[in-house]
Amino acid sequence: MIRVALLVAAKDLRIELRSRVLLWQVVPFGVMALLLSGLALGPDHAGNSSAGPGLFYLVTLFVALLMINRSQAIEGTPGTKASIATLGLDPAGVFLGKSLALAVELWVTGLVLLGGAVLVLHTALHGALVALPSILVTLGAMSAAGTLYGAITAGGDGSATLLPVLTLPAFAPLLIAGERSFSSALHGGALWEWWVILAVALAAYLAVGILLYGVLEES
Amino acid sequence: MMKQLSQRLLGPVTLVLLALTFWLGLWITPPDKIQGNLVRLLYVHPAVAWVALYVSFGTATIASALYLWKRTRSFVVDRIAYCAMEVSVVFIGLTLITGSIWGRPTWGVWWAWDARLTSTAILGVLALGYLALRRANDDPALRARRSAVFAILSAINVPIIHFSVQWWKTLHQGATVFTSTRTLLVHGSMAWTLLISFLGFTLLFFWLLRARYRLEVQRETMTSATLDEALASRRSEGAF
Repeated sequence: MIRVALLVAAKDLRIELRSRVLLWQVVPFGVMALLLSGLALGPDHAGNSSAGPGLFYLVTLFVALLMINRSQAIEGTPGTKASIATLGLDPAGVFLGKSLALAVELWVTGLVLLGGAVLVLHTALHGALVALPSILVTLGAMSAAGTLYGAITAGGDGSATLLPVLTLPAFAPLLIAGERSFSSALHGGALWEWWVILAVALAAYLAVGILLYGVLEES
Repeated sequence: MMKQLSQRLLGPVTLVLLALTFWLGLWITPPDKIQGNLVRLLYVHPAVAWVALYVSFGTATIASALYLWKRTRSFVVDRIAYCAMEVSVVFIGLTLITGSIWGRPTWGVWWAWDARLTSTAILGVLALGYLALRRANDDPALRARRSAVFAILSAINVPIIHFSVQWWKTLHQGATVFTSTRTLLVHGSMAWTLLISFLGFTLLFFWLLRARYRLEVQRETMTSATLDEALASRRSEGAF
């Protein structure tokens, strides 16, 4: 399972490296969304607002939606699914691999956006560094959930619009826990209870994905 | 014979229990010491929430799990999951509406960013998403598989809603019928009204589920019959 996961992750990341969609489309979109968030707050509030963690996660969420669509689109080209099916790969490994690739992409974008939040929204650098582990776990959970929801909506009528409808409510608890842990890191406060929620969510999505991804890929 | 009888009695018994709830709740039970007449809404809201979160969403989740388990996989359980989820949307909507009506005079606002309220609203959106997902796939087997996985994923939200009042400091009150040691906190006519309300709304769910299931079977039959008729018509025209 791990070998398959690493193979699939390497394949997805290699495609991403060659196409450079992440670099030239997704990251600029994220940075633009972050700037627009600052503009929405207004010049007087953008720099000293406590909304920094919330805006960071909101922008990351939009970026994640683009990436999930992209991750599924890789498999959507004619014949790809059939080719993968004939290889007889372990579906749990495929799920873990796709989640890992998505997580790596989200981590990279998340780091860029975190830097943007420090620069544009004046989020304290020390607090951002303290929050970094929780951000990585949140984005990891989002990628596991996103891979599942991406597979659920793939190929259906209006899948691009259906994905946010299904994913946003599922991401809401992750967003809340992530934002609270980020705020706690910035302003001081209990971190562990949000950590527990994030860790449980990550474990739950990984477990469900390992168990059920094969059902979604059945033909 | 017994099955037919129970099916025939389901509707009338439900109506009697609901009528009894409204009669007891509006005329017989006394006003609450603190809440006054506002307490009468609580003979409806908890029962509706019980059906929304546990009975209907639970039925949809169990039926979805049964579909995913190969030994019990059939379109009957898939249909039950779909119909239960549809009824669940109605009950989640009623839960939010009745809660909001109660919240306005009690908390001063129609909506509060409270953990239980928010998580219940999220469950409502998830249930609507389930219905949207059903419409996005034409292949019945693919549709059933995907919606079953989605229903199970969405069910993760139910324990979050249940324990939200314990995990976070919420505006929504905690357990008010039973304490954590299972001691009953409501007594007399109030307790009986609440019990009848829970029974009535639970039976209403099964009544609606049965009616919706029959409708779904008829819709599927009609769709396939229309298709057969269209094919026969084209054949008679010598199209193929």
